[in-house]
Amino acid sequence: MVYTEGNSDHILKVSNLSVKLEKQIILDNISFKLQRGKTLSIVGPNGAGKTMLFRALLNLVPYTGKIEWNGKVKIGYVPQNFSVSEIPISVKEFLAFKKSNNVEYSFDSVELEEKIQNKRLNVLSGGELHKLLVAWALKDNPNVLLFDEPTTFMDMGSVEIIYEMLNKLEKERKITILLITHDAHVVRDYSDYMLALNKKMIFFGESSKISDPSLLKEIYGSHTILSRHLH
Amino acid sequence: MIPVTETFLFSLLTGTFVGLATGYIGSLMVLKKMALVGDALSHVALPGLALGLLFNFDPFLGAFAFLFLAAVVTWHLERNSKLSAETIVGVLFVLALAVGILITPEPELLEALFGDITKVGLIDTVLTAVISILAIFTTKIIYKKIILGIISEELAISSGIKVSRINLLYLLLVALIVAVGIKSIGTLLVGVLVIIPAASAKNISSNLFRYSLLSSLFGVISSFFGVLLSSYVELPAGPLVVLLGTSIFVISLFVNKILS
Repeated sequence: MVYTEGNSDHILKVSNLSVKLEKQIILDNISFKLQRGKTLSIVGPNGAGKTMLFRALLNLVPYTGKIEWNGKVKIGYVPQNFSVSEIPISVKEFLAFKKSNNVEYSFDSVELEEKIQNKRLNVLSGGELHKLLVAWALKDNPNVLLFDEPTTFMDMGSVEIIYEMLNKLEKERKITILLITHDAHVVRDYSDYMLALNKKMIFFGESSKISDPSLLKEIYGSHTILSRHLH
Repeated sequence: MIPVTETFLFSLLTGTFVGLATGYIGSLMVLKKMALVGDALSHVALPGLALGLLFNFDPFLGAFAFLFLAAVVTWHLERNSKLSAETIVGVLFVLALAVGILITPEPELLEALFGDITKVGLIDTVLTAVISILAIFTTKIIYKKIILGIISEELAISSGIKVSRINLLYLLLVALIVAVGIKSIGTLLVGVLVIIPAASAKNISSNLFRYSLLSSLFGVISSFFGVLLSSYVELPAGPLVVLLGTSIFVISLFVNKILS
């Protein structure tokens, strides 16, 4: 992991990134660049290495190749999986884990009501919980947000609200957003760029290319998975 | 009326500190879904106690050495094994109990299994108090970090928390407090004291502060009154402590039903 100081517009440059775990290739030779303040959607079938890419960007797994963050980078992370059902913890206590006085600001940003602060985490709806995790990620003012889209317990309405909110954050706070999604509509309407993976890099470029049926076929091997969201 | 002797006071104090520490430290064990590990871990102490008795060194040191080793093994399996840690730990630790029963000299076996709080002296009481307080403070420092690691290990690691190291430290603290509790409650039952107060507190807690407070309080109530009762009825304190703890658990189930 390299952090450089420079005037480049690019906040992130990934070159020849490969991740190998227990002799299995998880990511193979991935290269892309991302401009400051832009949103990149990462798509690919299950097991394509999307979450592993995030883990490499967060320096949580060993990798080969180069990951360069340019300038002062503070990363907020919203994981896909988390377990709160068995833990008696209130929203207020969870937010207090991160030292910052930004509670109101981060609550406003994600449109969460103050009154949920005394609620237990396991009584929140899927949408509220994800907003809360975004609020947590934003609490210490990051300039990069990694958002791993939940694949379970999120209804379409909640998904829409979350992405509207991320879009607003990108514009108002100039946050660079990398998001993992399974939704072509999210790629097309809320992202500037798209990175398609299936262990290897299949495509990197403008997000509008998600509407290209031949690219979809190349990524998923069929048209069915994403096409339902394209109408 | 029981005469308030020095021994009686030492027993009560020791029991109270053990209850407080097991209640507080155990509150994390239940959230980590390692209840069986907490229970089984205490059984590992028996071969250590036996070696101490056989070779004439302090059985507490033998127990702690075995518990320390068991904590490291648990930590290692938790990180590296593809099998469920609870399965392997359950098998290994019950084996330790069997070996312990076979090699412990028979006259001391009952005491090793169930403890004898009436044999606790001033030094034991002071040692228990100091170790309990130190273990509680250390756990308090890492408490939130462990909780964040349970919610999402990736979130915790990306927040700069050394999850693996903290888990090891936590297991060593459990081993330490179980070793301390063995003298009063015995190897068979001290592990249960790590679990029952926390399980009861979880039934009636809506936030973390209340949960850890109630878990500590239930640990203290079970131990204090268990020791007190044992003086009245002249039965071993360990099983009585566990009986009281279980009674609190049953009450907490009813309270939970009423509250919800």
